[in-house]
Amino acid sequence: MSNPATSVPLKQASAKTTLVERQRVDWIGYVYLAPALLILTVFHILPVGYALWISTQGGRIRAFRFIGLDNYISTLESPEFWGALGNTVWYVLGTVPVNIALGLFVAYLLFQKIRGRGVYRVVYFLPHVISSVASAIVWAWVFNPTGGIANRLFELIGLPQQKWLLESDGVFKLIGMQLGIPLPSWAFGPSLAFVSVMIFAVWQALGFDVIIFLAGLTNINPELYEAGRIDGANGWQLFRHITIPLLTPTIFFILVISIIGSFQAFNHIYTMNIAASQPLGGPLGTTRTVSIYMFDQLYSQNRAGYATSIAVVLSFIIFALTLVQFRYFERSGEKENA
Amino acid sequence: MNRDRLRHELTNLGIHLILISGALFMIFPFAWMVLGSLQSFAETTRGEFLPSTPMWSNYGDVIRTMNGSKPCVFDPSNPWLILERDRGCIIVRYFANTLVIGFGTVLGVLTTGVLAGYAFARLHFPGRELLFKLLLATMMIPGELTLIPNYVFMVWFPTPESWFATTFGLPGAEPHNWIDTYYAMIIPWIATVFSIFLFRQFFKGIPNELFDAALLDGATHSRFLVSVVLPLSKPVLITSALLTFLGSWNALMWPLLVTNSPEMRPIQVGLRSLITEAGTQTQLLLAGATITIIPIIILYLFLQRWFVSGIANVGIRG
Repeated sequence: MSNPATSVPLKQASAKTTLVERQRVDWIGYVYLAPALLILTVFHILPVGYALWISTQGGRIRAFRFIGLDNYISTLESPEFWGALGNTVWYVLGTVPVNIALGLFVAYLLFQKIRGRGVYRVVYFLPHVISSVASAIVWAWVFNPTGGIANRLFELIGLPQQKWLLESDGVFKLIGMQLGIPLPSWAFGPSLAFVSVMIFAVWQALGFDVIIFLAGLTNINPELYEAGRIDGANGWQLFRHITIPLLTPTIFFILVISIIGSFQAFNHIYTMNIAASQPLGGPLGTTRTVSIYMFDQLYSQNRAGYATSIAVVLSFIIFALTLVQFRYFERSGEKENA
Repeated sequence: MNRDRLRHELTNLGIHLILISGALFMIFPFAWMVLGSLQSFAETTRGEFLPSTPMWSNYGDVIRTMNGSKPCVFDPSNPWLILERDRGCIIVRYFANTLVIGFGTVLGVLTTGVLAGYAFARLHFPGRELLFKLLLATMMIPGELTLIPNYVFMVWFPTPESWFATTFGLPGAEPHNWIDTYYAMIIPWIATVFSIFLFRQFFKGIPNELFDAALLDGATHSRFLVSVVLPLSKPVLITSALLTFLGSWNALMWPLLVTNSPEMRPIQVGLRSLITEAGTQTQLLLAGATITIIPIIILYLFLQRWFVSGIANVGIRG
């Protein structure tokens, strides 16, 4: 193609269509785009600018008054906000790696041309399609201190009864107490209530990761495994040196969307709070994430401007995290190629 | 040779054992839920596994609880009455709302997505690539950021019919905003960049020869789109429809914000109110959850092939 002499006949051969295509401007294209652009502009793009404006407002909706950057100052000075951000980080650490590891593990097992593969896939994905309020009701009962299956299980294996969704003590503190090791307060970890929410979250999201990993695995050329086996590689070596590198884009994709999703997690935390008769973010604010905090400030406290400033800060964090991940991925991608 | 065979069988058995225990972990909450929904209140607090006698009356009780203790009467001479708040059955209304919102959103997303996807894939006009890149960039905007401004819009915007009535001074004209209307729950969600992207990618893959042939026959773009492109696009249409419906069905924060009256709630929000209404009556809550979950499980089992391939596509394209 770089040689003009060879590309000339090619051009002549298709001159008729390319000429038509190049000269024609399909003005109708704007009409086709109009509905989508209208909706996206009004409800997706304009609101970004408007959010920045609302975040400078005090008072209720319909009675806004300009207060400058006060909302941001209150946000950054609020211990609840930092507590919520800390909880959100716990949530990411407690759900994302577990889901990726378990998802990859299950997908790899399913990939071994196992019988009943379709049935397993359907079953693992099932929690993902159930409405989160309905499944939160069920899980709140699983974790019910009196009569829940979690405590029945603990009884069976001889562990002490727990308060689960009502427990504000950190899990590491509880484990430490059980083993007779007193821990310093900074090492208490997320509350048992929050860990219960995370268990629910892993249950709900696992099937999604399994299906995406399975799709990624299916895309790997089987000849590579053949070649590896001929070279005498064992199962683990094949996994380590063929599967993992070739699956890196898929892992990265899941990592990015899981972290973004975790920062926005709301439905199941909210419903498990309510189903366990806890205040939003309870017990003692130990399940309060940034999204929950924002919603609470908007819905219960009627502080639209303040809630919006929280949303703006949250968006910046998500944006920065995504950017860092992309940078890191690009660099490790270069290394992989070199 | 025999030893290899044995090893292979044992590995397979091990894999199945792991997968089955995982599958049980996925399903046990549902079994536990159905069994719990048939227990008496005393049995749930004791943490029984099986109900001594199945209490089918829990299902009637939960429907009455949702209705504010009024019975749910079905009148065969006027079946639509069941959708009315005071004489009918609020749970039917919840489901109907969910369906209206779901189908409305799906229809909108498919329409705007197909048109825009076609424009981006097949039509030539200045600024096309730039516009597309801009749209892709907006995928980075998190929903939290647009939530509150959109809520304010819902408070501001007049409904089309109230706007029409007040503008032309029709009798009984009263301004009404979008709060507590289907508009609020459908219109903001009827275009997604993701669907546009999905359709564009798919339409790009349709061979040029088909288009040239249609053009020679004198077909216009709209004709070509409807009679050639759409019939070829069944998989991507179904994927987009299912993912949209799933999102709409699972939405919680938005419908919570924009509905005030019970008769406008979708089932998710209705169930959320049931948690408060039923209080500690676990058996009623579980019956309510069962009523909600059973239809979606049945639907899912019928459509699971499409769900799974749809999600897998998302992974590959993303």
